Amino acid sequence: MRELFESTLERLLSDRVTPALLRECETGVWPAALWAAVEESGFAVAAAPELLGGADAGWEDLYVVVRAAGRHALPLPLPEALLANALLARCGLDARNEPLTVAPLADLSLQAGRAHGRLADVPWGRHATGVVAITGGAVPMLLLLDPRQASVSAKQNIAGEPRDDLVFDGATPLASAPLPVDLTPESIWLGGAMLRSAQCAGALETALALSVQYATERVQFGKPIASFQAIQHQLAVMAEQAGCAAVAAEAAFADSAVAWSPFAIATAKIVSAEAAGVVAGMAHAVHGAIGFTHEHALQHLTRRLWSWRSEFGNQGHWTQRLGQAVCAGGAGALWPAVTSGALPLPAAQRTHA
Amino acid sequence: MDLPIRTFRHQRIPAETEPLRQQVRAFLADALKDRPALRRADSWMGADPAFSRELGRRGWIGMALPKCYGGHEAGPWARYVVIEELLAAGAPVSAHWIADRQSGPLILRYGTEAQREAYLPGICRGELYFCIGMSEPNSGSDLASIRSRAVREGDGASAAWVLNGQKVWTTNAHYSQYMIALVRTGEKPADRHGGMSQFIVDLKAPGVTVRPITDLSGSQHFNEVYFDNVRLRDAALIGTEGEGWQQVTAELAFERSGPERFLSSIALLHTLIDAVGPKPDALQAREIGRLTARLVALRQMSLAVTAELAAGQNPAWAASCVKDLGAVFEQDLPEIAQAVLDQAPAVGGGSNHAQVLAALMQMAPSFSLRGGTREILRGIIARGLGLR
Repeated sequence: MRELFESTLERLLSDRVTPALLRECETGVWPAALWAAVEESGFAVAAAPELLGGADAGWEDLYVVVRAAGRHALPLPLPEALLANALLARCGLDARNEPLTVAPLADLSLQAGRAHGRLADVPWGRHATGVVAITGGAVPMLLLLDPRQASVSAKQNIAGEPRDDLVFDGATPLASAPLPVDLTPESIWLGGAMLRSAQCAGALETALALSVQYATERVQFGKPIASFQAIQHQLAVMAEQAGCAAVAAEAAFADSAVAWSPFAIATAKIVSAEAAGVVAGMAHAVHGAIGFTHEHALQHLTRRLWSWRSEFGNQGHWTQRLGQAVCAGGAGALWPAVTSGALPLPAAQRTHA
Repeated sequence: MDLPIRTFRHQRIPAETEPLRQQVRAFLADALKDRPALRRADSWMGADPAFSRELGRRGWIGMALPKCYGGHEAGPWARYVVIEELLAAGAPVSAHWIADRQSGPLILRYGTEAQREAYLPGICRGELYFCIGMSEPNSGSDLASIRSRAVREGDGASAAWVLNGQKVWTTNAHYSQYMIALVRTGEKPADRHGGMSQFIVDLKAPGVTVRPITDLSGSQHFNEVYFDNVRLRDAALIGTEGEGWQQVTAELAFERSGPERFLSSIALLHTLIDAVGPKPDALQAREIGRLTARLVALRQMSLAVTAELAAGQNPAWAASCVKDLGAVFEQDLPEIAQAVLDQAPAVGGGSNHAQVLAALMQMAPSFSLRGGTREILRGIIARGLGLR
């Protein structure tokens, strides 16, 4: 299934997602034709069971989908829609082949069937037809809300991707269900961190590929700059970092097949955030001034890396929780946690908008 | 563009190795229960022949070798589980490590039947120890410039190779019985990589002198080894005359791919965690969390390399990535440890953590030297990216 997913999506995106389209999307344009093509492919509902309208794909297979979205800097909430539909399905609700998104941070309640509260930093909020959010309180509810019923404060991450604040004041959810007891209220936060780690893995790969290609083509002092050891060693470090982030992201997806693995997700988010900073910096160093222009393709990757590493918890958020868990267990618990992949993390310091 | 980073695919250790892991873990919990932290820190450089023999008795050395030579024909995952458990526990594995990791596989692959029968059973019993004869005083990273030379003399039953020259930085030569030495046996051809061969040198043979070299901390792990008209039988030649370079390259893939490249300092992470205690401050939590994540990810990379080896691929490129990134991790570890906890490194006394910090801080420079320098590894990685 993986190979089919990857080759299908690769075919779908490689001609359509051009630097020109990415620049256009940054001005606030919704790429309707591109979404229509993605919708037709059915990827948005892939994570839901067939009974609920999906393809019953597991996260292990969907890793390549999310990585491909990152590799192409896809200007659509496809990763978010995968997560939204996976969560709707876990709550027994129908999947929707639509541009759905999720609310990373929610301060939300449901009173007499109406939703009140604020969702912060909602990816593609203004364009989405539905946003999945989880309410606070003793009995958390999963809600699918219509952003058109919210007052929207538009803002963007530094890559120009919409990250909007939505305020609901008495909206009727499109769908709602109590969160199953085996699904943590942190599910959107964990799932989102997992998605961003895979998107980073994809973007790291493209940033490396662009840099390798540029270094072999750009001639200075009479030879390709790839022949200089200083350039070679930077590209070697970039490859190490990209490989490290990729394997950790894939492990997070694989280990979350049945239930979220906070340990694997934290690991993936930490090392992908680290790789994002190292690789973006070196990619620009290798490209010289041309890579610093708005016209060049590199910036679509590096500006996303600088954004995605901070979304759904930055490196400090995840290192602090992971470090607290490790210290609480003591040295004797470290290695068993590494080999089993199981270590519960303490609650986040910050769960509200 | 097809980038070699796709080698780093997620790989799970097969579940059927779990009972073996628990068995090893239980054995180590008992066998090492009185071993102080400072000696655990010495794990990969700590030699204990009695412990090696006990591992051999349990079938945990040369595990992947054929049964007819004393091995157990275990798969690569069983071996991986055993060695990572040994390293994580700080077990004294140095005596047999090189024989288990690379000399045994080399002898199996290139050796004659007589050589296999002569050496492999002793390796599997944890009794025969090998060292690596590659570096020379004027040949460090530039291994192809070695000058030690073996010249063939005589005919028939009296034929022998006469070896002269010097090796240096030879880890464990002071207690190993044998060295597998890369030496020149022909003229240096234009391609630089021909004319070299590998010999199994008995370190007790007349003409061999082993002299210790003390490292900056005062410890003795490595040596210089002199060859003064050392006479070697034909049976000492391993593999094919003139193909030493190809054999060494294959050997280095084993040398660079193992989990010792990021687990050899784990004792310091252990003492740091316990010295910080269950209530870390924000800086301590973040740095320990970051170290943990890097450790986990390095292990995931290493498992991907092992999967390549298991599939019969040559993982030299990916192994170089793991070794280089592992060295950076292990060199960061003492830097971070000294920064986040106000305990000065101490020698001859002080807390467990202070002593382990002192030992590994002084060991750290070697992590990006041994088994291939940072610059050599990054050159290999660059070549794999098509840059050279």
